[in-house]
This record gives sequence, structure tokens and C-alpha cells, in this order.
Amino acid sequence: MPRLLLEVGVEEIPDWMIEPALESLGANLAPLIEKLGGGQAWTDATPRRLVYRSRYTLDKERDEDTLVQGPSLSAGEKAAAGFARKMGVPVTELSPMDTGKGLYFSIKQRKMGLPARELLATALPTAIAGIQFPKTMHWGGKDSVRFIRPIRWVLALLDDEIIPFDIAGVPSGDWTYGHRVLGSKGPIQITIGEYDQMLRDNYVVVRASDRESKIRAGLGAGVRPDPELLKTLVYLTEFPTAIRGSFDPQYLELPEEILATVMRHHQRYFTVEKPDGSLAPEFVAVTNTNGDQDGLIRKGNERVLRARFNDARFFWRVDQQKKLSARVDDLAKVTFQAKLGSYKEKAERVQQLAVQMAAQVGADENTVSIATLLAKCDLTTEMVKEFTELQGLVGGLYAREQGEGEAVATAIYDHYKPVSMEDSIPRTLEGQVVALADKIDTLRECFRVGLIPTGSKDPFALRRAAQGVVKILAEARLPIDLFAFAERNEELLQFLQERVAHYLREVKGFPYDEVNAVTATKSGVLMDVLDRLTAVHDVRPTPNFEPLAASFKRIENILKQAEAGEAGTVRQELLAPGPEQDLYEAFLRIRSDMAKGGSYAAKLTSIASLRPQVDLFFDKILVNDPDAAIRRNRLALLASLLTEFSTIADFSAIVAQGGNAQS
Amino acid sequence: MDFYQETVFKLKRYWADRGCILQEPHDLEVGAGTMAPETFLRVLGDKPYKVAYVQPSRRPADGRYGENPNRLYKHQQLQVILKPAPADVIEQYLGSLEAIGIELAKHDIKLEEDNWESPTLGAWGVGWQVMLDGLEITQFTYFQQCGGIDLDVVPAEITYGLERIVAFLQDVDSVYDIEWAPGFKYSDVRLADEQQFSAYNFEMADVQRLWRLFDEHEAECLELLARFRKAPDQSRFPVLAAYDQVLKCSHLFNLLDARGAISVTERVGVIARVRKLATAVAAAWVRQQSQAAEKEVA
Repeated sequence: MPRLLLEVGVEEIPDWMIEPALESLGANLAPLIEKLGGGQAWTDATPRRLVYRSRYTLDKERDEDTLVQGPSLSAGEKAAAGFARKMGVPVTELSPMDTGKGLYFSIKQRKMGLPARELLATALPTAIAGIQFPKTMHWGGKDSVRFIRPIRWVLALLDDEIIPFDIAGVPSGDWTYGHRVLGSKGPIQITIGEYDQMLRDNYVVVRASDRESKIRAGLGAGVRPDPELLKTLVYLTEFPTAIRGSFDPQYLELPEEILATVMRHHQRYFTVEKPDGSLAPEFVAVTNTNGDQDGLIRKGNERVLRARFNDARFFWRVDQQKKLSARVDDLAKVTFQAKLGSYKEKAERVQQLAVQMAAQVGADENTVSIATLLAKCDLTTEMVKEFTELQGLVGGLYAREQGEGEAVATAIYDHYKPVSMEDSIPRTLEGQVVALADKIDTLRECFRVGLIPTGSKDPFALRRAAQGVVKILAEARLPIDLFAFAERNEELLQFLQERVAHYLREVKGFPYDEVNAVTATKSGVLMDVLDRLTAVHDVRPTPNFEPLAASFKRIENILKQAEAGEAGTVRQELLAPGPEQDLYEAFLRIRSDMAKGGSYAAKLTSIASLRPQVDLFFDKILVNDPDAAIRRNRLALLASLLTEFSTIADFSAIVAQGGNAQS
Repeated sequence: MDFYQETVFKLKRYWADRGCILQEPHDLEVGAGTMAPETFLRVLGDKPYKVAYVQPSRRPADGRYGENPNRLYKHQQLQVILKPAPADVIEQYLGSLEAIGIELAKHDIKLEEDNWESPTLGAWGVGWQVMLDGLEITQFTYFQQCGGIDLDVVPAEITYGLERIVAFLQDVDSVYDIEWAPGFKYSDVRLADEQQFSAYNFEMADVQRLWRLFDEHEAECLELLARFRKAPDQSRFPVLAAYDQVLKCSHLFNLLDARGAISVTERVGVIARVRKLATAVAAAWVRQQSQAAEKEVA
């Protein structure tokens, strides 16, 4: 089988863009491999190279036969001769072809497939240039290729022959380059079978999984797992080697959150813990080297960390000189959003909203009031100016230090939570209220001035804010109507409804039709929505449920077709004895059962028990009775069923699949 | 061990050997080497240019009264512009580290994504921060736009943070302990500067007067730009003087910011005012250059 090796040599690609770039390259080349009879393909990458390898079946593209259509048979021999001449074939080779619109002269033409090397030489530059990156640059004039960083070499081999092409002024070749510092200085000529080993000899581990194993093997004891950091380091290095360093235990007096942030986010170090789980005064750095024989790298990293910790300690001390409570006015100078004024204004709005909400859910109003006012004050601290990702958390730590009390401190500490769908919600009721009020204010204000997310653009992270609100309301089971916050803003209402549906489907995993059935009631009290949804989900597999749902759908259609409008009330005297009368009685019985209370599941089961009567009704009774009064009465009966029994869920939204509906 | 000034000599020598003009710093307050006309104006247009210079860079809000070992109101940048960026620009850069005594094989060098953007200058580029054993020592940028003008000839900008690099080379924890020259530490040369300007920038600079100065320099710049448009011979028109007014405005903006005098609503507006000047000057400069080029051809 022919072998293809492509390596695009690029100046250091941002680590987080590498995997998507490989996916894009793979997708661009897949049709090509298909043309060559199909085969296997692999992608690999380091920061300096995107690699694509394939073993495919044919050494040339398949020939393709096509029928070229000529004049209609009815056009006669003269036309046929003309067509044959044009195509360069004797008339005898023409054959009739049925186009569906009559018979035509036609000729079979064979398009000869290109040899693989030629095909690749044309297709590879396009596939490379077509790699999708979130941000690109140009380096050789405006009209040249845009790429993530300059392309410096291209290794392109078909077995051991160069596939000749040119991209961004770089000719393809049979050479690559090794590690910037440790590899041999010039180009390295590659034979395809030894590519991995030749790179390895030049301190490049080309497979991400091998680099990951190499890092893991070097981590040592007590290292806290950090998959995200691990992945970053895999794509920041070509020859990763972990080294361990330490820091003065006196810095452990600073909160662990701050130390860990400095190490993980700013220095990209793994943190290490003691056997008791607390932070150890050590770290593991992953270098792009072959070790640290003289200990210089360890020493250098330790010094940088010391400076960072010194800064943090300095910030901590300076910040304590002005309490959070004395910083509220300073928030007037911090922009929330250009169109929306300052954080001081925001804090005041959030405070008002949170206090109202606290009354609703029984949270301590005083705690909520203080916490909302102080929550954003850490934006004016040196610590947060330096470590912006610690906002909120720093406020909480400072509030505790400054004697604001544990309840206030915790509420501030948690108020950005949940930062993702995996993250937990604030731990306390007061924290939940503060977090909700903050996010709802952001949503409301942004929508008010038209800062609305579109497609992939969501610069103010409004989806995340809304998702957080939904998660808190649902998981904390707060009796608050989310949709009431949209007030009269239709766009916001719709946005929130979408986020609720998204949460129920994607996070909670309910089938889409059950979600549709339950959200059709337009209730914004999410704890209740969830209860109803759970009940629908539980009752759905019972035998009566889906058939009844189908009947409800039918009822809905009948009412729609009848354009019944206000169907009015059922007049008992017009009911025919038998199935119609029976249905009505069953309806009354179930309605009164439901009025007595009970769980949603019990109520749904009770509604579902209506099935035999409904079935019999449709079997035996003609809704469209010639007598208009009777017809109207029957429609009224059906309408009553629909409205009375759709308060938990809209049955007609259920898609009957024998209980197998998937989202 | 090299003194601070030796390291500076070596870097300058290194880049002079690679064809750079060695310039002296611009003699006005700037926030970064990028703002000096040797970068801001020279990267515009198609003319190749290579230059290196040390640029003392003032960032009033970063002052720490000389009390923080790593933070300075004014730090020294060694700025290198290679236009167009040569294909081996990173190799050349790594060579400069070797030239100042960093044995690369014994250290960990990483290029980590760090894109640069200056809203006041209407400029942006993509690039990296260069990390040496976990320490950011250089900002490397491929300019894409400057003064609101897309750059057809893309320059590489290499900005060395001199204090950091030398503290690393001299193995000291505080920049103030750097040995600048025999018998003189960084603190002997610059500590008073840090202390006094921190006090001035944070406490004493007169806000009303700063605003007036801002308005005056802006007015001067706008007037020059207006006259440029009408000038019968634009080739000798003082566009460079107009650019100095932009730098004045930019520095005054930074001072006002350090004084906490710019409100939320004002901030975006003030940045836009400076950008408007910067982009207009850039356009004027390009026009002037292309006219000069036409004359040469003629």
C-alpha cells in the first residue's frame, strides 16, 4: 500500500488550537484518500509541526466514466454526426440515452484518474491552506496564504518520493527540522519508514500520546491531577521533561487558592499535595528539554515563583490597608460595560434585586445585602488586578479576613459559581441568591441595551450566565419564577426558555419530546418543571401513556381543524349515553382526583388511565355530528380534556416511539 | 557575570551585526518601544527597515514607589524591528540569547501564544511571549496592523525586557540589586526615579492641568493634520511633529489614568480621541512616504 507523509513545519502554534487544526486537516484530506481507494489516516502534532499520514489503496485516482449528452434522437443524423465530430469519435460509438425527458444521443467518456503524486501535489496545498484556525496572520504580503503562524517547511513524501508543490513560497521537500535547541542544526533528510525515530533522535516526540506518557512518568508522588494543564503542556513541548522544584514553606500562609492559581495558571506548574491533602511547598514544571543536569532550570523556575509569591504577598498586605467596605465608591471607576456604566451602579442594582429575592426564598436579607454590595469590590484590589481569574474568590477571602463574617464571605467567594455546567452551585442559600441576582442583572441589562449573543458570538458570556442561573434554580430548588425576570423583554424570555430546554436536555439528559411537553406550560419555576419532567419520564413507559399522548395529539388536531375557538362548557344533557357519557364521567372523576393533590406521577398515571375511554370514544363516536349543537358539545368535551389535563405536560408534544424517544 | 550595560552592548552589537541601525531612544515619554516613531511610523509602508534601540518606557500606573522588587514605573526595553521579518527570525532571536551568555541547551525556552493589541494606536499583531525557565523575557510580535493601516510587509518586533533578563543573568531576586556598572547598582541609578515619579503620578500630578495639556496637545495635532491636508508640498510637512503630539496625549492619558481621574464613561472616549490622532498621523505619514517614493522614481 502506498504511504503518504505530510508534515507542515510551522512556528509555534498556540497549544489550544492544535487538536482542532488536526481535525480540520484530516477532514480536508479525507475525500482525497477516498479518491485513492480509501485507507487509513493518522494525524499527529507538536507545537512546530502538523503531521498527516495515510496508507491508502490505489496508486492512481480511479478512472471515471461519464455519459456526455448530445442532441435529441429526433434531431436526426446530421446533428448526431456533428456531435460525434465535436467529441472526436465515429458516429457508430454514439448510443441512445434516456434522460427521462426523451432519448438523446450520448457518448461514454472516460476521465482518466491522475497518478497519486500529481493528485496530491494539487490537493495538499489547498488542504493545508484550508485548515481552520480561530485567528490567522499573513507574513508574505496581503495576497499570500493566511495561517496561524508562518509556515517554514513542508515535508511531503509519497513512499520515499517528494510530492512537489509550493505553499506560501515554501517548496515541499524531504526534510524536516528537529528540536529548536537540542536537534541537529540544519535540515534532516527523512526516509518515510524512519520518520518517528529520526525525529526522536533529534529530540522531537511526534505523538501527543507519547509526550503525555513521558510527562506522566516524570510527575512523581503527590502531584494533583490536572488534565487541562497536562494537555496544554503536551502541546507546548516537543520533548517534555518534568522537573520538580520547591518553595519556601512560609508562603503557605497565603491562601491555597492564590498559590495554586499562580502555579497552575501563570507558571503552568503542577501543584503537589502532602499526604493530608493540603498544599505541599513543591511544584512540578514541564520543560521542553532533555533534563536539568546542572539544576539551572529548577533554580530559575524557583526564582520566578518566589517573585510571583512575593508579589501576591505584597498585594495581600497592601489590599488589607483598605477594606472592601471602603472600596464601594471606587467601583464607580470600574467599567462594567461601556453602555451599562460602572460596577457601582451594578452593585446597587444587584443589591436591590437580591434583597427582594432573599425575602422570597427565606435567605438572610442582611447577609445578602452586604455581600452584594461588597462582591465586586475586589475588582479594585491589587490581587485581582494581577490575578483576574481570582475575582470573587479574593473578595471572599478578604471579607473573611476583614471580619465580615462567614456567611458574607462564603456568599462573595461563591458568587461567580457555577462557572461551567460541571462546576457546583454556591454552597449557601445566601450565596445562591447573590449569584443569581448578579447573573440576572447582567442578562437583563445586556439585553436591555441590545448586547445579545448571536451564533458563536457571546462576548459577555451571557449563555454561561443564563446556564448558571438555570442550574442554581434547578439544583437549589428555589421557588423563583425565572421567566418573571425577563419582564417584557421577549428576546430575553426566549433566550432563557432556550437555556432551560438546553439544560433539561443536555445536562439532565431528558428526551427532547418530554422536555417540550413539560416546557410547553411556560412555567419558569424550574424546580417544579423538573418535578413534572421527572414524573413524565417515569410514567411514560407505562402502557397507557403513549397511546393517550397520541390521542391528545389527535384531539389537538381535531380542535385545530374545527377552528373551535372558545369551545364553551360541556352541556351534560347533550351527551350521548355510552362511550361519550363514559368519557365525560371519567374526566370528572380524574379531575376531582387530581384536585385532591398527590404527586405529579400519581396525577399523570391517573390521566393516563383515561386511555380506554378515550379510545372507545374515538372508536364509536363521530365528533362531526350533523347536529351543530352536538358537534359543538363534543368539541367542548375534547377541549376540556386537553386544557384540564395539560397543566403538567402537553401530551401532544410526546413523540410516540415506544418509550424510546431520544434527544 | 556581565554588568547591565555589558548585556545591552552585546545585544546592540548582535543586532548591528545583523544589519540593524542602532538608534537612540525617542526623547519623549512613551509607554513602550512600539510607540517610538522608529517603530510606529517605520513599520508603515513597503520600505524595508531594520532598527534596534533601548527605549525607556513609562507606565505611570505600574509604579510601586521603588518598593516592589519586580515592578517599575519606568523600565527599559530593547526594541528590535526587522522589516520584513526574515524566515529565520526566531533562530536569529535565539542566537541573541546565546550572545548574552544564555546557554540554551541548559535552559528551557518556550514560545507561548501572546497576541498584542493597542487600541490607542489602532495596532495589533500576533506572536508569543518567550519564556526562559518560566520567566517571560521577550515579547515577539508579527505586526498585522498599525495606525489602523493593514501592513503588507509584515515586520517582526522583538521586545526584550532588559531588567528581567539581566536579573536572570545576574541571579538576583530584585531588579534593584542588578549591577548596572562597576560599583553601581540599578537602585543607585534609578531608585529615586521610581520613588519620586510614583509620588508624582499617583498623588501630585494636577488633574485639571493634565486635562488642559491633553486638550492642548490634541488641538496642536489636529491643527497640524488640517494644515497637512491643505499643504501644497506635503513632502516636507512636519508629520513627525504631529506624531509627537500623539505621544504627549498618550502619556497624559496614562497619567490621568494613574491618578484615577478617568471615569468609566470617559475612558472609551479618551482612547478613541488618541486613536483618531494616531491613525490620522499614520495615514499622513504613509501619504508623505509614497509621494517621496514617487519623486525618487521620477
